[in-house]
Amino acid sequence: MSIETKEEFRPKIVAFCCNWCSYAGADLAGSSRLSYPADVKIIRVPCSCRVNPMFILRAFEKGADGVILCGCHPGDCHYSTGNYYARRRMTLLFSMLDYIGVENGRTRVEWVSAAEGVKFSTTMNEFVEKVRSLGKNVRLEDLRCRN
Amino acid sequence: MQELINRAKELLADGTVARVLGWKAGDLPYNPEPAYFEKEEDFENFVYNGFCGANLSKYMIEASKLEGKTLVCLKPCDTYSFNQLIKEHRVDREKAYIIGVGCKGKLDIEKIKGMGIKGIESISGAEITDGADTLTIQTLYGEKTCSYADAMLERCHVCKGKEHKIYDELIGESKETKDAERFDSVAAIEAMSPEEKFAFFQKELSKCIRCNACRNVCPACSCRKCVFDSNKFDSSQKANVDSFEEKMFHIIRAFHVAGRCTDCGECSRVCPQGIPLHLFNRKFIKDINEFYGEYQAGEDTDSRGPLTDFTFDDVEPGIVAERG
Amino acid sequence: MQRIGVFVCHCGSNIAATVDVKKVVEMAKMEPGVVHAEDYQYMCSEAGQSKIAEAIKNEKLTGLVVCSCSPRMHETTFRKAAERAGLNPYMVEVANIREHCSWIHKDMEEATKKAVILARAAIAKVNLNASLKPGESLVTKRALVIGGGIAGIQTALDIAEAGYEVDIVEKTPSIGGRMSQLDKTFPTLDCSACILTPKMVEASAHEKINIYTYSEVEKVSGFVGDFTVDIRKKARSVDMDKCTGCGVCQEKCPSKKNSNEFNRGLNTRSAIYTPFAQAIPNVPVIDRENCIKFKTGKCGVCAKVCQAGAIDYEQKDEILTEKYGAIVVATGFDTIKLDNYDEYAYNQSKDVITSLELERIMNAAGPTKGHLERMSDGKAPKNMVFIQCVGSRCADKRGKSYCSKICCMYTAKHAMLIRDKYPDVNVTVFYIDVRTPGKNFDEFYRRAVEEYGVNYIKGQVGKVAPQPNGQLLVQGVDLIDNKQILMEADMVVLATAIEPDPSVRKIATMLTASIDTNNFLTEAHPKLRPVESPTAGIFLSGVCQGPKDIPETVSQAGAAAVKAIGLLAKDKLMTNPCTAKSDELLCNGCSTCENVCPYGAITYEDKEVNDHGIRETRRIAVVNNALCQGCGACTVACPSGAMDLQGFSNRQIIAEVDAICR
Repeated sequence: MSIETKEEFRPKIVAFCCNWCSYAGADLAGSSRLSYPADVKIIRVPCSCRVNPMFILRAFEKGADGVILCGCHPGDCHYSTGNYYARRRMTLLFSMLDYIGVENGRTRVEWVSAAEGVKFSTTMNEFVEKVRSLGKNVRLEDLRCRN
Repeated sequence: MQELINRAKELLADGTVARVLGWKAGDLPYNPEPAYFEKEEDFENFVYNGFCGANLSKYMIEASKLEGKTLVCLKPCDTYSFNQLIKEHRVDREKAYIIGVGCKGKLDIEKIKGMGIKGIESISGAEITDGADTLTIQTLYGEKTCSYADAMLERCHVCKGKEHKIYDELIGESKETKDAERFDSVAAIEAMSPEEKFAFFQKELSKCIRCNACRNVCPACSCRKCVFDSNKFDSSQKANVDSFEEKMFHIIRAFHVAGRCTDCGECSRVCPQGIPLHLFNRKFIKDINEFYGEYQAGEDTDSRGPLTDFTFDDVEPGIVAERG
Repeated sequence: MQRIGVFVCHCGSNIAATVDVKKVVEMAKMEPGVVHAEDYQYMCSEAGQSKIAEAIKNEKLTGLVVCSCSPRMHETTFRKAAERAGLNPYMVEVANIREHCSWIHKDMEEATKKAVILARAAIAKVNLNASLKPGESLVTKRALVIGGGIAGIQTALDIAEAGYEVDIVEKTPSIGGRMSQLDKTFPTLDCSACILTPKMVEASAHEKINIYTYSEVEKVSGFVGDFTVDIRKKARSVDMDKCTGCGVCQEKCPSKKNSNEFNRGLNTRSAIYTPFAQAIPNVPVIDRENCIKFKTGKCGVCAKVCQAGAIDYEQKDEILTEKYGAIVVATGFDTIKLDNYDEYAYNQSKDVITSLELERIMNAAGPTKGHLERMSDGKAPKNMVFIQCVGSRCADKRGKSYCSKICCMYTAKHAMLIRDKYPDVNVTVFYIDVRTPGKNFDEFYRRAVEEYGVNYIKGQVGKVAPQPNGQLLVQGVDLIDNKQILMEADMVVLATAIEPDPSVRKIATMLTASIDTNNFLTEAHPKLRPVESPTAGIFLSGVCQGPKDIPETVSQAGAAAVKAIGLLAKDKLMTNPCTAKSDELLCNGCSTCENVCPYGAITYEDKEVNDHGIRETRRIAVVNNALCQGCGACTVACPSGAMDLQGFSNRQIIAEVDAICR
């Protein structure tokens, strides 16, 4: 019998949340005590359309194992149309990452409203689980940033 | 070519244009380069043949700032780039006198060399007017021949068509050279496993020396200052010392020109390392066509680009995972 | 280099129980730019805020990070505290270590580690913050109320009484809403029309209130204080100024077989109609789909009989464009469709009805003139069964997860009224729970049971089966006696779940007001800002926000009015300074940003620039700060990075990314 001694892999996950829906959804998850792994760190942006593909690649470069973008549901954007642009941009970016061989489970977009604390927590649990199963992101990381 | 030269001289002489933007012969038989012609005698060096692959539309950004009109020679595929630049207010249509020049496919010297033809002294059969479909090459080691089509640039095998999208007048016949499907090369990569894809691009991109030739030649990459050269993203300054940065550079470059890239193929043509950079741009074009409907940048000067447009029912980013 | 102060809040034990605040302080001190760090019980308290003020003065701080609850909660508090101490409020960032950390993690070590990283990200951001100054925008002193039910009417009256102009837009031909369809109201048994009609009249007569009935909001643009709204006045086919409301046209109209919406389709109406007798305005509309004149071109009876010459078949929809400072949504509710509940045989039997249909049957102006009778054969019922929670508190996808709130009370009301008027009718109510929290509510319910002998059975009904003899066989279960129940009924009344009126979705989208999965509009804070939408300048009145009874609706309507008045009373509003800004030396002038701006805030100018000695005229993007709302769509559209968002700049966000991934 061998004893598993390997430490559990804890991914680094960056979550971009729009201020109006998803950040509030994350707040609701918090006040409802709906837990999700501490691996997720949230960055507040005014709108999902503020998220530049550069930010996502930068996160991977600096060692993130997964990046998720959350915004208002299509049709509910605080700025009317922001999430529609974000949707196209992210679809193309994710497709490109997939094309160069980055596992597509490392990126995700989810629409979470201010009322969807439960969805926020479930989404994060699922996403962390997925990234955990993919393991460390060795393909995109800048090797110099490793400790 | 003579007809083109005569007409250019005529337009210079009658004051319609102040200068001519064309190609002049280089130091080797296969490397003509873009040049301005302002005087009658300049035309001695004027050349237009199968090696004149350079897309001159980007030069019109600077030429638009000059006094008077510039005569610019554009091949059918170059006109798409010109239209796109009009749409983005980068060139002034009024400052350009466009002669749509004929094209029967442009040649790739690397392909000729790849056939083992070395020590090239002269090449015949590369003239546009030439009906022959064979190139005759005089080399240090004797005369060699190869088929014109076999020596063509990749982009000419997937030619968008022989029609000029914008021009003031046309000189010379164009020939449809398409003999392959435009997206086959992209589809072949899409069919690979993630490991194979990664290995493929790792191998290609590790050759990148960040010389910026692709960026400098690209008509869509025409920012006054590139984000990779400014401090706006803290992304600038360094030479790439790790495996990621060239990926980041090429992905972002492709993303910035997504929906604007006309697929002119100049990036791949000029890459000194022979990286098939068009595979990035063409991937975005393929996705845009599949997700948002057929779109050809530069087809016109007023349509809304796919990344500045949307519909309520657009596909979700999750499609990437679903598609597998 | 900034001089940053970091303040870590315990929030009592809310944060401190899971996050080692001392450790966060200690780690924060090691971050670049940090010259001061301390923790305190409650940073938002006056004592906490004065600690901030002191540190700003003593340590000459140029930037602040408060590690506390969500910035949506106290960012403003801390920004104001900083401003009072002489620091630009936009030099403050909040690290959310409560909602995003202490409340969701149990392990102290893990939560502390995360809190440190969140603090680090905020510090990295503040290092790049710049002082910002808000602009000003003017307030249009006029309010729009969408929906003319009791909620909308009350809100409009309250705003008008404060001296501001109000427009009500109501999609049906009359104001009055659901309340006008009710017969009596609990727990006082007032006649609904008797208490509603005076309000309707008051609203229509008020000089500050302007009512657009048979109208819908078509388009909304602008922002708080300055909305521009397109209102579609649907063609009524009757001239409002000429019509005297005599009603002859309705009598003579030959197309009489049209489903009467007001009576929930239980009887029919003419093609030219006013929905009910007390309708305001008392001007009919022609239902063009069912009008013979519109269908065949022949008829025109109404025009012939109208002495006032008010009939106008040529009338067209009209679009009015109005400006408003505040918008109140009062779109109300409808009962859910029962297509997913075949077991209750609603679609099979006319004698299975919803409670709202029963209201119409009980009403003297209803399809049976107030006589309780079966819709199938007109016979008086002897046995009636009420089923509670039809579609409410539903665990599966068929119905609604929430409690519709009003059903327990109106069912008690119905049961009581029936037993009072028809003592020989047996009334049985199947319920899951009877919920009666409200003034005099439980007393009311007990009266139904104790004084009026209504038979309450705790348990659910599995099936209602129409029998060949016209009876309805009800199969239920009694959970208290633990037995199956099989009983025959003449009528079955379903306490059908209520849901937001379907029109609200489109309206919410136009207003960019957030909506939940059940289509209820989301409030800015569930407890502290219950009548405001998170979208500034949009207020919520009545059931569009959540199920409510009449008194609750009226109080909320008043509260929404007060919020709107508070806004209209201001002459100017401070605008968000986190707007886009274009770097003229980097701008290509390509118009890409202009194409994605939802506010038309970006224009282009030919401007003389001096680019490191090169002087030339360039086409440059210019942002109008009064119009820009700061979404940032343009910043990503811009390939050169010339367009950036103040307060959320590229470098700031990248600094946060780097700090998190470090």
